[in-house]
Amino acid sequence: MIPQAFHYEAPTNLEGAIALLQKYGSDAKIMSGGHSLIPMMKLRLATPEHVIDISGIQGLEYIHEEGGALKIGALTKEVALEESSLINDKYPLIADATKMIADPSVRNLATVGGNLAHGDAANDHPAVMLALRASVVAAGPNGDREIPIDDFFLGFFTTALEADEILTEIRIPIPPAHSGGAYLKMERKVGDYATAATAVQLSLDADGKCAQIGIGLTNVSAAPMRASRSEDLLRGQVLTEELIQEAAKMAAQDCDPNPDLRGSIAYKRSIVKTYTARAIHKALERAGA
Amino acid sequence: MANITVHINGVPQTLDVEPRLLLVHLIRENLNLTGTHVGCDTSSCGACTVLMDGRSVKSCTVYAVQANGKEVTTIEGLAHAGQLHPLQEGFKEEHGLQCGFCTPGMIMRCVDLLERNPNPTEEEIRWGISGNLCRCTGYNNIVKAVEYAAQKMQAAEVPAETVA
Repeated sequence: MIPQAFHYEAPTNLEGAIALLQKYGSDAKIMSGGHSLIPMMKLRLATPEHVIDISGIQGLEYIHEEGGALKIGALTKEVALEESSLINDKYPLIADATKMIADPSVRNLATVGGNLAHGDAANDHPAVMLALRASVVAAGPNGDREIPIDDFFLGFFTTALEADEILTEIRIPIPPAHSGGAYLKMERKVGDYATAATAVQLSLDADGKCAQIGIGLTNVSAAPMRASRSEDLLRGQVLTEELIQEAAKMAAQDCDPNPDLRGSIAYKRSIVKTYTARAIHKALERAGA
Repeated sequence: MANITVHINGVPQTLDVEPRLLLVHLIRENLNLTGTHVGCDTSSCGACTVLMDGRSVKSCTVYAVQANGKEVTTIEGLAHAGQLHPLQEGFKEEHGLQCGFCTPGMIMRCVDLLERNPNPTEEEIRWGISGNLCRCTGYNNIVKAVEYAAQKMQAAEVPAETVA
């Protein structure tokens, strides 16, 4: 499969990349690892006239905690998350999800920023970041702005990024004590998109009640979605089996999957129900409940 | 056209390429190194796996321009002075292939795997090759081949305390 011809630029700094976006507007696409964009270009689902390769920009690959937040540079490769002791020790939700993204060779090039900026509800990081109540930083001609994740995914492959903006950082509030998270993904084979997946992040208060909970769903809606009704049901409560099952049922009702080769609508709702309940249990266990 | 220099198996190659040229086509068609195979052409099967700056990548999903200034190693770059790489030897000794189509990609993936994890468990090997498909062997002999190579490579590294 041969993509349509395009003009290629590889700026070495952010200012240069933004200037190119200002020049080419919506005729340009940003590429980092290329593992979402190139497959779409090979299928000619994407036919940008200009590809701006930002992988050579220094200083956008990092994973560290600072000022109450875990900060992940947009060009951080999935393999770096996979090998990070900080992520593996303290952010089990991210660790779970990263291992399930594509396969080892793809994770060597694919980036966290690209996974989000692509705006695909089938990607895994969007649901994870919804559950973690992250925000993303967009750099544009007028400087940086921080976008809460709930305002970022606007629709089918559509994000809040303007045509002259680049996603540069992901910020995740450092979880309080007695927090836990889990990502459960049903996939037909390694490397496939999720049939359905659930991301859960929760924290418990001193009485063992659920102080905060985030539930994100993968590939069961046009845009990455939060299971808000399920979260509202559980927040402030002791998480009994009955409540967990009710929350899982709500998530299955509220999602909006398409029938495809991965399964029917009913099947996917059933997976959401089962995996949401299991992910809540696993997150609770990890929170030390 | 873009002018790029890619170090393939240690040799710098400077070429003018169309930006849409995929790395696998640069390797096979421009440089006539046909050991790297095109399988699914959708980054699913791993037949096109090569090393880029030491890490395994699926060269059907990398533009040649992305490899500008980088080191690319293909299956042709593994043997030295007639001496097979331990992974090549392992695949031969343990019957790690039948038709051989997946083998170059499988071996290049495992070079990266053993570089990061010199003594993998069976499960780590199976997880490590999960993005490379073999339709002949059922994987068992591939796992044995990787174990063979891991042992051989570790034995070749003389422990410090035995050095006189």
